[in-house]
Amino acid sequence: MSLYEVQKLLFHVNREPKVLNRFLGERETLIAEYRLTQEEQCALLETDFRSLYEMGVHSLLLGPLAATLGVSFPDYLAILRGNQT
Amino acid sequence: MSLVGAFAASHAPGITGRPSLPPAVESEPIFRAYEALRNRLEAARPDVLVVVSPEHWANFFLDNMPSFCIGIAEEFLGPTDEKFVNIPRRGIRGHARLARVLAEGIAEEVDLSTSQEMALDHGVMLPLHLLQSELPAIPIIVNCLAGMPAPLHRCHALGVAIRRTVDRWRERVALLGTGGLSHWPAMPESGQIGIDFDRRFLDAFVNGRIESFLRYPKEKLEAEAGPGGHEIRTWITIAGAANGAQGSLLAYQPVPAWSTGCAVAVLPIGETAR
Repeated sequence: MSLYEVQKLLFHVNREPKVLNRFLGERETLIAEYRLTQEEQCALLETDFRSLYEMGVHSLLLGPLAATLGVSFPDYLAILRGNQT
Repeated sequence: MSLVGAFAASHAPGITGRPSLPPAVESEPIFRAYEALRNRLEAARPDVLVVVSPEHWANFFLDNMPSFCIGIAEEFLGPTDEKFVNIPRRGIRGHARLARVLAEGIAEEVDLSTSQEMALDHGVMLPLHLLQSELPAIPIIVNCLAGMPAPLHRCHALGVAIRRTVDRWRERVALLGTGGLSHWPAMPESGQIGIDFDRRFLDAFVNGRIESFLRYPKEKLEAEAGPGGHEIRTWITIAGAANGAQGSLLAYQPVPAWSTGCAVAVLPIGETAR
């Protein structure tokens, strides 16, 4: 478990446009630069908000990312609650 | 001169980001209260506005998360890349001289860090936007977020230290705390609101009895007001600066669509006292 590293990556994605561009365009390479477990890598590759939340990622790192990626707030909440359609 | 006003208000991003989502019966009291607050702020004729706002991962991460940080730059920019607040980005004039004096004065009682490059997020920019403030601003960021936020009574001490320093300053200074009240931000519980907690806290806040909340247990706070409830720290700082003054609640409204128990309040200081 390397929750700290997952959160660090998301903090960088949210706050640094260059990192966000890499997250959008070369995610695997970006993710490889952080010390992550396979489970964490998968959750990040798939932008699996629910898994990330359940592993303890702070919600205010996830909500803003969802907004940046164009996921509406109701859809984001539905994903967290496990009842997305 | 001295402190001429002490104000506190919620900064739920939905207020500007999703203004029409809640029923008008819920949203209108908050918009009206912000308008009343703008009038109070103008009536106080401040030269500078000190804004006490929570950290939301805009400036700091867990590699180094200060309890308190004051922005001592000549200019700030905000909001950050927050796609959900719907506020145009603009520059905000700082007040570096007073900020440095404040930093030194506060440090007599509470440890804080200083920043020459502080990003302003919705915590500062949403209230400034609604208040249409063009005043020079000094942001003070309080960790209400993660790591080890300062105990609530230290946030009160911060307010006391701000007051003592500001009262020796030659210009007119207004103080605005932003955040809270209860909310479960961007969480599965989002929309839940701790109405009972909010009302008890506001009752203490406007009646000069904030002491009853200064040792509030963390677990109890989180259960009753959500993780977002930690943002009462900024309100407690304002109460500390107001030194027991009794004020008035301009609005309290639980707004589930904004995921927040929203409140706006004024504590009278000097000439703004009624």
